[in-house]
Amino acid sequence: MSLPSEILIKMYRAMLRIRRFEEQIWEVYTGGLMHGLAHLYIGEEAVAVGVCAALRDDDFITSTHRGHGHCVAKGGNLEAMMAEVMGRVTGHCRGKGGSMHIADMSVGILGANGIVGGGFGIATGAALSAQKRGTDQVAVCFFGDGASNQGIFFEVMNFAAIWKLPVIYVCENNHYGEYTPTGNVTAGKSIADRSLPFGIPSTTVDGSDAIAVYEATAKAVERARKGDGATLIECDTYRYRGHHVGDPGEGYRTKEEIESWMAKDPIQQLRTKILDNNIASGAELDAEEREVEKEMENALEAAKAAPYPDVAEVNQHVYA
Amino acid sequence: MSMRKMTYGEAVKEAMAEEMRRDPTVFLMGEDVGKAGTVFKVLLGLHDEFGDDRVIDTPIAEAGLVGLGVGAALTGSRPIVDIMFGDFIALAMDQIVNQAAKLRYMSGGQAIVPITIRSTMGAGRSSAAQHSQSLHAWLAHIPGLKVAIPSTPADAKGLFKTAVRDDNPVVIYEDKMMYALKGMVPTEEDYTIPFGQADIKREGDDITLIATSSMVHVALEAADILAEQGISAEVVDPRTLVPLDRETLIESVVKTTRAVIIDEGYKSFGITGEIASIVYNSAFDYIDAPIVRLGAMDVPVPFSKPLEDATIPTPEDVVKAVQDMKIR
Ligand SMILES: Cc1ncc(C[n+]2csc(CCOP(=O)(O)OP(=O)(O)O)c2C)c(N)n1
Ligand SMILES: [Mg+2]
Repeated sequence: MSLPSEILIKMYRAMLRIRRFEEQIWEVYTGGLMHGLAHLYIGEEAVAVGVCAALRDDDFITSTHRGHGHCVAKGGNLEAMMAEVMGRVTGHCRGKGGSMHIADMSVGILGANGIVGGGFGIATGAALSAQKRGTDQVAVCFFGDGASNQGIFFEVMNFAAIWKLPVIYVCENNHYGEYTPTGNVTAGKSIADRSLPFGIPSTTVDGSDAIAVYEATAKAVERARKGDGATLIECDTYRYRGHHVGDPGEGYRTKEEIESWMAKDPIQQLRTKILDNNIASGAELDAEEREVEKEMENALEAAKAAPYPDVAEVNQHVYA
Repeated sequence: MSMRKMTYGEAVKEAMAEEMRRDPTVFLMGEDVGKAGTVFKVLLGLHDEFGDDRVIDTPIAEAGLVGLGVGAALTGSRPIVDIMFGDFIALAMDQIVNQAAKLRYMSGGQAIVPITIRSTMGAGRSSAAQHSQSLHAWLAHIPGLKVAIPSTPADAKGLFKTAVRDDNPVVIYEDKMMYALKGMVPTEEDYTIPFGQADIKREGDDITLIATSSMVHVALEAADILAEQGISAEVVDPRTLVPLDRETLIESVVKTTRAVIIDEGYKSFGITGEIASIVYNSAFDYIDAPIVRLGAMDVPVPFSKPLEDATIPTPEDVVKAVQDMKIR
């Protein structure tokens, strides 16, 4: 356990914030307070948190339809996120985007995306821009196993390789795209292998282990900042819930499979490591939990109290 | 004609199943069309009957998926390709526009490309800007493609079957808000609806409401309200955009002398503009009031409910447009 204890505690807290946020979304949805879709990230927290803990505030991410976790981890504001998901004017996008389109440019969240694979070009372009502007910023592209079959994935890896772009492709392999098992529609032994023909190094990590994800990302970030180019990280992970809030998540997945993943829960894992290494006490971690709980309650109350956007806003922001 | 009551979704599934039974070269491919029966669940059961060989789950790769469909259609198969949300057709545009649409012409008439692309359209589900668009005008713009846009269960079944049997690439759009809509549907094996035949959904004398897809129901509701005000509205549904039944549209306006055109695509550069110009050109001498066009507001579809609602034409919008014409 070589990581500084602040980072471990920060990651623990960030994972809790994501978990609570998503549980809250579930309640908000089933309580009829939100419309549309939401794709929950519960079970995958260690990926977003491990990656973003290795980034600076001025680095960039592109997110996916399953994006709440990425946004919380990169510094999105719980209240503005909750308000967005509920379509309120105080949301990050003034209610125009909703769950699938949360963006906060001020902290480098270039947007969640409703198009599977929609972030590949944007993240790689952000990396190109960092290179052109002469900064040492990096861009992370989160994407799913399903997205790895979109042709643009291969196009951007070629760009990233020929121009040595500071981009990190983070695949969240949760073993399903909607209701289809990844293996049924995905060739090859691993998604990590896919970058090798482009000369882009890759690695596969346990996506339930925030520390492992952090370490792999830190290495990729260092490589990118030095100007050595891109990395692909495949994270082995699992969503506990259905594809979206309206899907019970069963039928196409066995109970045993779901339980086997829950048994290595990312939050519990990190908690155990923190306790075993005497980095913090159980009481201290419980206090973190209560604080997160409070923050979430406040965020929800504020979002609920916030108004919907005025209809006059409907044709604002179409053009700059 | 024997009929059965079913939903729009069931009608689509029945059309597909009948065509697959009739013609062994027909198969379906798309994301989660198999056991899952699509994300809208409307094809549940199809995979049980036809198995992995003919109801095929594909990778998430729309460009490749449509490309394979084009190649298969070119060589003796009759694929039905499912593009879950109409918005995702954008990812496959090259295959549709530059390949499927042009192969017959470019080959001097040698090729046929009997692919059916089924997709969805329509806002109203709080699905935001990338899952709510109605972009059928894009495809209607391209010579070589046919575009069907059924508004009722019976039309969905009849047009779908015609699409599969047609030797041209056909794109058929289902409004996802209509899947649960019920109606009587003919059950004969050979029930089809020829392309290019508009349908008069309600007869009337004072005004013609030309409407497509879910907007037909908006127009019908408006017609009910107008009837209470003593205005008799005729509702005409073109059913296919390409080919378009100009005669029926023009005849109706010649009879009523006024028209409101309602389509959920963007108002600018779209279906309503095209139809208005056709009607003006042929019925100019008969028209008593400027034609009114209603379409989706020219903005990306917003997520927040009050904003989204403001972007879609409503029966009240139609009624107001008609009242402004001061018929009586
Ligand atoms: C271009 C495109 N095709 C299809 C969809 C519908 N869709 C939404 S999520 C999803 C599955 C994505 O799988 P994956 O990339 O593994 O992400 P996960 O949901 O597992 O996190 C699909 C097919 C979409 N949103 N965009
Ligand atoms: Mg997945």
